Amino acid sequence: MAVLYRITGAAFGLMLALVAFTVPVSAQQPTLKIDVTGGVIEPVPFAIPAFIAENSASSAIATNITRVIAEDLLSTGLFREIPKAAHISGVSNFNAPVQFADWRAISSQALIVGAVNNSGGRLTVKFRLWDVFAQAPMGEGVQLSGSPENWRRISHKVADAVYSRLTGETGYFDSKIVFVSETGPKNDRSKRLAIMDHDGAGLAYLTSDEHLVLAPRFSPNNRDILYTSYETGIPRVYLMNVDTLQRRVFSNLPGMGFAPRFSPDGGKIVLSISERGNTDIYTVDLSSGRRTRLTSGPSIDTAPSFSPDGKQIVFESDRGGSQQLYIMSANGGDAKRISFGNGRYATPVWSPRGDLVAFTKIVGGRFHIGVMRVDGTQERLLTASFIDEAPTWSPNGRVLMFFRVTSGANGAPQIYSVDVTGRNMHMVPTASFASDPAWSGLLK
Amino acid sequence: MTYLTKSAAILALLATAACTDTTGGLFGGGSDVSGAGIGSIDETSLEYFQASIGSTVLFAVDQSSLSGDTIATLTAQAGWLNANPTVSVLIEGHADEQGTREYNIALGSKRASSVRDYLVSQGVTDGRISIVSYGKERPIAVCSNVSCWSQNRRAVTIVSGGMGV
Repeated sequence: MAVLYRITGAAFGLMLALVAFTVPVSAQQPTLKIDVTGGVIEPVPFAIPAFIAENSASSAIATNITRVIAEDLLSTGLFREIPKAAHISGVSNFNAPVQFADWRAISSQALIVGAVNNSGGRLTVKFRLWDVFAQAPMGEGVQLSGSPENWRRISHKVADAVYSRLTGETGYFDSKIVFVSETGPKNDRSKRLAIMDHDGAGLAYLTSDEHLVLAPRFSPNNRDILYTSYETGIPRVYLMNVDTLQRRVFSNLPGMGFAPRFSPDGGKIVLSISERGNTDIYTVDLSSGRRTRLTSGPSIDTAPSFSPDGKQIVFESDRGGSQQLYIMSANGGDAKRISFGNGRYATPVWSPRGDLVAFTKIVGGRFHIGVMRVDGTQERLLTASFIDEAPTWSPNGRVLMFFRVTSGANGAPQIYSVDVTGRNMHMVPTASFASDPAWSGLLK
Repeated sequence: MTYLTKSAAILALLATAACTDTTGGLFGGGSDVSGAGIGSIDETSLEYFQASIGSTVLFAVDQSSLSGDTIATLTAQAGWLNANPTVSVLIEGHADEQGTREYNIALGSKRASSVRDYLVSQGVTDGRISIVSYGKERPIAVCSNVSCWSQNRRAVTIVSGGMGV
């Protein structure tokens, strides 16, 4: 039995221990591998019999955990669950030999077997993933434990491990979305910051709706956010810790401040400052408070986003006559235009993998979410509607969330998710109207 | 008191004024229909600014330049401000929903700044004017076509101090 890692996270009150154990089985190698980059059309069938409750206090939570894992996997569009009614054999003992023929007979390519023990204020979940047709385990068995109130996070971690083993990609289920919750009519909208899990569960509000707030963004530490608030009467950038809700305003900046984002190392922020009608891009060093101006001139320069290595910044500017995307050094200087198609390009966001830039495109009176390579080639539009705006990347760079606004007097925003392939678009459930989603990194 | 609350207070005042006007009380018994009593309107009053000069000017799509109609309104605003030298104003810049959030804040800022620059060119002291952009966050017309978008592409001059409001 080998300890993979042990970490403590004060942020969400979680203390997780992951333990891996090898499975004594045949020497066969698993062959199941799912390509997330565009080859998959037909979802891969899997079975996840209800995780075994190792004591009576565990049965309800075992059922819930099984469902969250299944829903996480189904939300990717890469998998199809074989319903319980079709199962031939059940799993009543975590260590019993798997009846591969029974799972093969119902075409279940992957099988997830798990057990739950909830006792003494400690929740322990273990699972194994099987390649049914190869009759082989996919990776070692894993055991996770934490306090019972963190059962959702533990479920997401199991689903991340399963997703990772099946696709070869890092997972993204154990992550948070910070966004703007909206209520009220279109001409009297109230907005407040909110946070939730990637699947919409665990909603919590971070501000009241007293002041207009916009576009929160996560720090790479997943604990702090930047956002814009009209608390003082004009838009200014604030930094808030999402655990303590303590916040501070960048009060020594001139003019109006908005569109903030962190640098990948968390040491700087980049933002737009509008002074006397002119909007330019600046960085602020968080330890020294030193402000550096990166753009100048009368054009609108805004929506900056760092490259994952922190060396470059992609942003939008109308310096050439219309809104287009540009890349410059993180220290400013010459900028290179990368968007050349018809229409206006806005809100660029550099992929965490570094390979793509996601953006909003406005053309022909319609809004689109799209992606292009960093050199501007291979532009693909993934969505189209009255207003689709402001993409944010999943931690593994395979999925985008954005907000979609319906038109008309009752028009309002909702958050949607779409794969970078353009498939699997779905609304993310929220308790109210919702906009400006920002995805955290994968939680530790 | 925030600017928004103040503008709400002004609106409430105007609403009261409008009701009063139907009884002929507010402007010294005059009414627009009869034309009587117009000469008695105090052209330095807040009511005159709101009702006769107009606080709002409109902009073309994705533009912050001032049109002829806009300039006439702003010239009258400047005259009123020059007659009320203790008053300070807040200029709100707004955009329609057909743009991205950040760009529209920048665009609203350009619009508000255009108005400020014009008022300053007409002799209003720079220090009496502050600006804010709401981008597309505060539409006054809610439909999703040109008739509403044209109303939302606006700059609004709000009397924010010196009039006891």
